[in-house]
Amino acid sequence: MKIRRVVFIASAVSIAAGAGFTAYALLTVGDGRETNVPQPAVAGAPASITDPLARGEYLARAADCIACHTVAGKEPFAGGVAFKMPFGTIYSSNITADKETGIGAWSDDDFVRALRAGVGRSGEPLYPAFPYPSYTELSREDILAIKAYLFSVPVAHARAKANELSFPFNQRWGLSYWNALFLRKERFQSAQGKSAAWNRGAYLATALGHCNECHTPRNLLYALKHDRELAGEVLQGWKAYNITSDKMYGIGSWTDQQLSDYLSKGYANGRGAASGPMGEVVENSLQYLTQEDVAALVTYLREVRPQQGEAGSEVNDHSPLALASTADTPGADELAREDRGRQLFAGDCAGCHLWNGRGRQNEAAALLGTQAVNDPEARNFTQVILQGSQLRTAHSEGFMPSFGLAYSDAEVAALGNFVLAHFGGKQSKLTSEDIAKRRSP
Amino acid sequence: MSDSARDIFIVNESRRRFLEGMGGLALAVYAGVAPAEQNRATLSSGDKKPAEAVNFAPNAFVRIASDNTVTVVSKHLEMGQGTYTGLATLLAEELDADWEQVHVEGAPADVTRYKNSLLGIQATGGSTAMANSFEQMRSAGAAARAMLVAAAAQEWKVSRDSITVERGWLYAKGHKASFGQLAAKAAQQSVPQRVALKDPKDFKLIGKPALHRKDYADKTNGTAVFTQDYKLPDMLVAVAAHPKRFGAVPMKVNAEKARAVPNVVEVVQFSGDRTRFSGIAVLARNTWAARSGRDALEIDWDESQAFKLGSAEILAQYKDMASKAGLVARNEGDTDTAFAAHNVRLIEAEYELPYLAHAPMEPMNCLVQLREGGCEIWNGEQFQTGDQSAIAAMLKVPADRVALHQLYAGGSFGRRANPSSDYLLEAVSIAKAAWDKGVRVPIKLMWTREEDTRGGYYRPAFYHKAKLALDGDGKLVAWQHHVVAQSIIKGTSFESFAIKNGIDGLSVEGLADMAYEVPNLRVELTTPDNIRVPVLSWRSVGHSSNAFVSEVLVDEAAAAARRDPYQYRRDMLRQAPRLKAVLDLAATKAGWERPLKSGAAGEKRGRGIAVHEAFNTCVAQLAEVTVKSDGSFKVDRVVCAVDCGLAINPDVIVAQMQGGIGFGLAAALHGAITLKDGVVEQSNFHEYIPLRINEMPVVDVHIVPSAEKPTGVGETAVPVIAPAVVNALYNATGKRIRKLPIADQLSS
Amino acid sequence: MIQLNINGRVRSYEDVDPAMPLLWFLRDIANLTGTKYGCGMALCGACTVHLDGQAVRSCVTPVGAVVGKMVSTVEGVGDDKVGHAVQAAWQKLDVVQCGYCQSGQIMSATVLLHTNQNPSDAAIDVAMAGNVCRCGTYMRIRAAIHEAANSLSA
Repeated sequence: MKIRRVVFIASAVSIAAGAGFTAYALLTVGDGRETNVPQPAVAGAPASITDPLARGEYLARAADCIACHTVAGKEPFAGGVAFKMPFGTIYSSNITADKETGIGAWSDDDFVRALRAGVGRSGEPLYPAFPYPSYTELSREDILAIKAYLFSVPVAHARAKANELSFPFNQRWGLSYWNALFLRKERFQSAQGKSAAWNRGAYLATALGHCNECHTPRNLLYALKHDRELAGEVLQGWKAYNITSDKMYGIGSWTDQQLSDYLSKGYANGRGAASGPMGEVVENSLQYLTQEDVAALVTYLREVRPQQGEAGSEVNDHSPLALASTADTPGADELAREDRGRQLFAGDCAGCHLWNGRGRQNEAAALLGTQAVNDPEARNFTQVILQGSQLRTAHSEGFMPSFGLAYSDAEVAALGNFVLAHFGGKQSKLTSEDIAKRRSP
Repeated sequence: MSDSARDIFIVNESRRRFLEGMGGLALAVYAGVAPAEQNRATLSSGDKKPAEAVNFAPNAFVRIASDNTVTVVSKHLEMGQGTYTGLATLLAEELDADWEQVHVEGAPADVTRYKNSLLGIQATGGSTAMANSFEQMRSAGAAARAMLVAAAAQEWKVSRDSITVERGWLYAKGHKASFGQLAAKAAQQSVPQRVALKDPKDFKLIGKPALHRKDYADKTNGTAVFTQDYKLPDMLVAVAAHPKRFGAVPMKVNAEKARAVPNVVEVVQFSGDRTRFSGIAVLARNTWAARSGRDALEIDWDESQAFKLGSAEILAQYKDMASKAGLVARNEGDTDTAFAAHNVRLIEAEYELPYLAHAPMEPMNCLVQLREGGCEIWNGEQFQTGDQSAIAAMLKVPADRVALHQLYAGGSFGRRANPSSDYLLEAVSIAKAAWDKGVRVPIKLMWTREEDTRGGYYRPAFYHKAKLALDGDGKLVAWQHHVVAQSIIKGTSFESFAIKNGIDGLSVEGLADMAYEVPNLRVELTTPDNIRVPVLSWRSVGHSSNAFVSEVLVDEAAAAARRDPYQYRRDMLRQAPRLKAVLDLAATKAGWERPLKSGAAGEKRGRGIAVHEAFNTCVAQLAEVTVKSDGSFKVDRVVCAVDCGLAINPDVIVAQMQGGIGFGLAAALHGAITLKDGVVEQSNFHEYIPLRINEMPVVDVHIVPSAEKPTGVGETAVPVIAPAVVNALYNATGKRIRKLPIADQLSS
Repeated sequence: MIQLNINGRVRSYEDVDPAMPLLWFLRDIANLTGTKYGCGMALCGACTVHLDGQAVRSCVTPVGAVVGKMVSTVEGVGDDKVGHAVQAAWQKLDVVQCGYCQSGQIMSATVLLHTNQNPSDAAIDVAMAGNVCRCGTYMRIRAAIHEAANSLSA
């Protein structure tokens, strides 16, 4: 009899635990009730925007839905963007209100659950290429404002492309375990003792703008290393830089003006321009933030714990070779040495970029003081040379042609070694094999 | 004393209204037009002269005004190659004018007066300007001089023999008068039917290196006017949207956003054919608005009939064609038997050359003013007769109702001389479409660099398959060569100029007529019909490909025979003294017999030689290179020797050799237009790489003294540099390059 | 309405789109056609003008950005001692062929000689590498810069 009682109690406990776990899971996966509601000034769109759809649009821009859910040239939010992960390729879904191929049949709860728990309408887990680990912090009100906006954009009938993932990564149910390990399903909480601006900035950065998803390093299981917040990561050939407050490796020595310029215009005097994926972030998202919101972001970024970057990537904004150059020529010592990369720079690059590292026609073209010329691997340099760069905001239009077609791998490598040495004071050893690999990351 | 009255048109132009029907509008512009007045230049330069000003115009080529200016009318385009200077030199020499009083303007389109006698039409090309004008311009000047002398004799009542003429002044005992002072009286004299030309020993201008170009100043202060600059009141600028693929046509057009751009006035559609684009043009009051409007067009293209092959497929097709029999362009001896002989060594080689763009600094453009029953065009006009008749056909008017005003061209290299008149017809059809919508102002079509690079009409891609045989002594005894290339002239109204028995001579020039004594020589040609990439003559035409291949092949033969490449060539040029002479001159001046100075540690140095005749001019070049351990290299020096007959303007000849080498080197190092699925991959200078100053070698030019009739220099340096450099690279590294551009072939 | 200082003259212009590149403003609105269009993306240098003494590629400089600055074009560069010497040297050596790139070459050469009174061939190559010439006048450009340098130091 004793054993039966033990078994009974054990079963009861485990059933209760199971039920409790399930209840816990169900309860925290989006219900109507809010437990930790963020302060009004921290969440939501700015008070100056009153129209509900405009508020939703503002939040959708801040969350930058369009970037991942729109293929260039195709209908907005219709999905189909490819994400090449280490474990295969995932395609984003159609988030217009099409009932059959989009989210038209989704209820409010469905949508909230997707952003908070990374679960689709039918309960299937979503891959964390979709940044729900960040969106989970959003208030319900904000999520639904975004949903209302998405339901107002032109409906696109476009079926999601099938993901190309190898086993075991194509087994969605495995994500439940991943979520169990790594997903912190908590709403954003204002920090006590921090200003309203800081909290707003934190909400913008971590919940809406999900900066972490690119800028924070990931572990082997592709989860964010929260103890190294914003210390930098490499994705799809591009380096998302260290944007902690570290003075040497991060943005600690940037002025407030430089930071807010970079965020709102995409470039800053003395710090260069955003290219590639970050250029798109500025174009699609950050340029639409209000001045107050940009200032809040700056406030937050200033206090992100400093983190060291990769050895050798300290930003040097007083590279001797650049300082020895005038606008139009390098110094005599440098001239005396033959350099293939320098010869290429003289012909194709100096016209915009100048030998002293300041932009010629445009501050956006400045190279001195940028992280790109201080990364010894010259990752972003390579991508910009191969693909070109274009930045179009309400303020300005910057354009750099791509040299990938006509330049050989050896030429790109030689140019990279020159640029890093001249503007960053860095000795890099790029080879043509390095460049060849990066042509198709 | 030569008697050259036969071939010139001596009609006293002062007795007929020179600008009949033109109403005093400007011809072209010469130095001295102040920029602020440019907008009105066209209306004012005609009436710059007071109503009673007298023009003494004894023939179609010269006009002397009472203000003592001598205006030379040039039937040839000035596109940098120095024609204005050369033609003026010839005329001014015989006229005994002062060089400083001579100005040049472009001739109107009139084939009866301004025909290029070597081409049969009014056009500039084939390096024929000086050759076909040599006697004509001299006679024109001599005739004017004779009439001035007659006028002075009459005025002073002295004999003609007692009058001397020097630098714009006539003198007799106790008398002197300037050209301007005698102009009115000279106009009343009868035009001589025969004129005496100077003995070369009396030349004061011809052959003098110190003569400045006629355009040496206006091109340094912003006053030189190109088509890009020319303006007329109320003019609109048209920027066109072209399809990505040749043969595509617009299917659906949304011009709403384009029309909303401020200053955009109209949007029109134009229809092309297999020789030119169909597309949409935006017309606006200024260039930026037109371009912004064009960029805002939303066009869906119908590509069902478009050309969709890429460079890879074209090459594969050419390789296949080269392995089959072609049409025989030259057949000496019996190559098959020679190849089969015992103890011959064979060399088999295949060469690939890409499409090349002309890429002049001034992209294609032209200004059209339609009128009832005709039109006027301002253009860096290179192909008057052809363009005139094509435009007349489009407008359904007589050819003489199409007036073409010749301005400077900012480079052309052949692009503006298109038998299909593509960019002109595009401009006229845009103007026509605008006219039908009530927009009847002057319209300037401006292609952006992207349209220009992607606009087709390239130097064709060439594929060569060659087989050479050397006998036991290393002598070249047989040469079999199959060329595969599109014809640049087939299907145009000028076909019969070059195509005989199905063979386009322009595709095999330099090979079929090679000067080397090879006892067994067979040159075949296959011309594909299915490659719809538009092609055109590119500076030096077929020589640009064939000189490269033949001079590298000869070098390969010399290497196989273990012979000095200079001596090896020399031995085969016994019947070609002019070629031998330039070869010797280049080798001597370059110090061929001395060893080449070695480079720094890790560097290899080499030198190579090439010699070729094109358009009756012989050029030899010797290139010296330095190759680094990573395969990058620099061309350090080129020694160039040229025989172009009588050197009319030695400094222009030097400049054309230097410039032709720069142009040819750009192509050799970097030049390639490639296609993928029918789309041209290059659009601007980051993809079609030009030569920059830091790649330019030192060029030493040596002119062979000659009293023969002048031949051309505009193109003749171009085809020789690529083989000279490739041969030098072989000498330095032992690596033989058979594909252009050289690019980074040494690095792999 | 904007006020611009071009070649020492201040003029007002109405209805100017500040985003219009300075190149097209100069050519189409100010009627100064000496500055040329070659590529539109700062690769060829034909559009080079001076902005407060610095060489800029006017094809990528919006006209709005030059308000309050001194713009100098080839039409006015002869008023400057160095610019005048450069033009004189260009003329003395018959540098030009088609001439289309030469306005830009002269403008770049003038800036070079302002900052480097006696440039070596290597310095010339580096400073002038952004100015393309398809006619291949590079040898004479080098020689003319040396000539101008000599005449200025005499």
